[in-house]
Amino acid sequence: MAIGIALLFGLPGRLDDYDLIQVTIYAVMSILGVSLAFIWGFGGILCFGQAAFFGLGAYTYAIAVMNMGDSTFAFLLAIAVPALFAAVLGYVIFYGRLSDVYMGVITLTVTLILFNLVNSTAGPEWKIGTAPLGGFNGIPGIPTLNMPGNPEDVLSPKGIFYVTFASLLVVYLGLRVLIASKIGRVIVAAKENEQRVLLLGYDARAYKLFCFTLGGAIAGLAGCLFANWGAFTSPTIFGLAQSAQIIIWVIVGGLGTLVGPIIGCVAIQWLTTQIGTQQTFNSNLVLGAILVVFVLMVPRGIVPSLGLVIDWCSRKLRRGDAARAPTAAPAAMVTTRATTAAHSGPRA
Amino acid sequence: MDLALVVVIQVLYAIASLVIISAGLAVIFGMMKVINLAHGEFMMLGAYSVIGAMKFGVNLWVAMFVVAPIAVGIVGVALERLIIRRLYGRMVDTMLATWGLSLLLVGIVTSLAGNTTAGVSAPLGSFMIGAYSVSGYTLVIIAVAVALAAAIRWVLLRTAWGLIARGTMQKPEMANALGISPSRVYSVTFAVGAALSGLAGGLLAPLTGVVPTMGGAFVAKAFITVIGGGPAILAGLVGASSLFGAINQLATFLTTPVFGEVALLFAAIVMLRLLPQGITGRFFKGSL
Repeated sequence: MAIGIALLFGLPGRLDDYDLIQVTIYAVMSILGVSLAFIWGFGGILCFGQAAFFGLGAYTYAIAVMNMGDSTFAFLLAIAVPALFAAVLGYVIFYGRLSDVYMGVITLTVTLILFNLVNSTAGPEWKIGTAPLGGFNGIPGIPTLNMPGNPEDVLSPKGIFYVTFASLLVVYLGLRVLIASKIGRVIVAAKENEQRVLLLGYDARAYKLFCFTLGGAIAGLAGCLFANWGAFTSPTIFGLAQSAQIIIWVIVGGLGTLVGPIIGCVAIQWLTTQIGTQQTFNSNLVLGAILVVFVLMVPRGIVPSLGLVIDWCSRKLRRGDAARAPTAAPAAMVTTRATTAAHSGPRA
Repeated sequence: MDLALVVVIQVLYAIASLVIISAGLAVIFGMMKVINLAHGEFMMLGAYSVIGAMKFGVNLWVAMFVVAPIAVGIVGVALERLIIRRLYGRMVDTMLATWGLSLLLVGIVTSLAGNTTAGVSAPLGSFMIGAYSVSGYTLVIIAVAVALAAAIRWVLLRTAWGLIARGTMQKPEMANALGISPSRVYSVTFAVGAALSGLAGGLLAPLTGVVPTMGGAFVAKAFITVIGGGPAILAGLVGASSLFGAINQLATFLTTPVFGEVALLFAAIVMLRLLPQGITGRFFKGSL
């Protein structure tokens, strides 16, 4: 957290605009990664369609700001619309008591529906208000954020960086607080053992729905910032490749942590950019291989595995103390993983 | 009258193509409970093996009905041994690994064949019903779907192998105690499922463009069909295909193909809310 604040105020002075814009996109994607890390790692909801909310956020912002001129309300709408969409989808899934496998397939299907729909809206007859949807061409030239109430005062790249990075910190901190609160504890408990939570008198479905909706809202925020970053949005952000990337960030970084996916996101984004520049390997090939290898070999992801290694080393160093008080965080993650594994057993 | 006949043929064709697309997945997911998100890529490999075989001068029909299933079946065996086998019983991990696999296969084929659309022209030409022209290949697809459903039924019900496979899926320990190796049965079943996917890819190659990313268009449809079908593999496959195929084609007829697809997927989500166990979870219980 301290590192985050230091970066927020330190980076703009040290980097030129080009690098700052690069860092901004990493922060945007990190917000998206954190949204899935929250609903999957803490809510136990494996959503294959997080990109749908992301894309919805970007499109909502683009359409709203082109119609209204002022970005403040568009910004809020870009969070509200994906949240509403997630709420409706979550209602169908959780109140229909569909298992997590069906959950994955349904979210995947919804993403494909949106992709097909938006992709087919090329041509001047498809427009909402004054904003053409553009189909597979996307929407170029989206007006970026301006100071609330003053459409003339448009934010500079530096301003966008501040907004994005601050959003990331707020989202991260907010989720931390939420997870530590009573609601967060019930959400985690519902992931561990839904039946027990029900018997204790909590409506697990409502808590899951809340968790899923919040995840949708955060992904929508990321989408809105994405539209601001490049002033452009296209249907590919709804695509399966985008959804796969988010899942890979979380898997690589570590399921059940919030920092892990940020690290995973930055690492993978950097990697795909590197691959893109040198043209020897196809990026799908590398991403697929990474996903398969991590699922088979490092199922816990980088951060918890590192935590385990550090834990193991410190235990070696001071045997007496370590037995009584092992570092809290990695130990908690290990139990989470173990119970998840125990859960999937009888269901399968 | 002619129009009605054409619409009926189109609806039957939509149903038949869903049966063909989903048959491989019905075997892999329905029997083994393995969520194979690389299903679409298995089909893509089938389509590419048809194109590859034709470059070597193999007859189109041989390429579709022999080369594609065998090639993809072999790939299926290899992947089952290397990856899927380690993840039995861990559904979510299987899902993730097969998704990784699908990206990997897309990446490999893109590197080898390039990101361009290859095509096979549809054989058999077309014939006229009144003022409307119907492709002869449409009828082939319908016939193959019927034959496929009949063959699956025959293998599962009437052959020793079908009995062994069904028994092993229900109680692997018992099958093992009776001297059958479950791991071999799993391996063979997965290969059969992969071969069926390959056949589907080969059959559809003349109808859709063959690109490395073509699988994405099929995987959701196939999953929706199999899940919508519910626990009974064959009755579910045919039932769900009929329902969704008819909805798809009628919506396409009334609006555009894109909205036909959307109507299909939307109908499926609504249906899963109403019948979470799928069609055969409520109706036709106990059928195959």
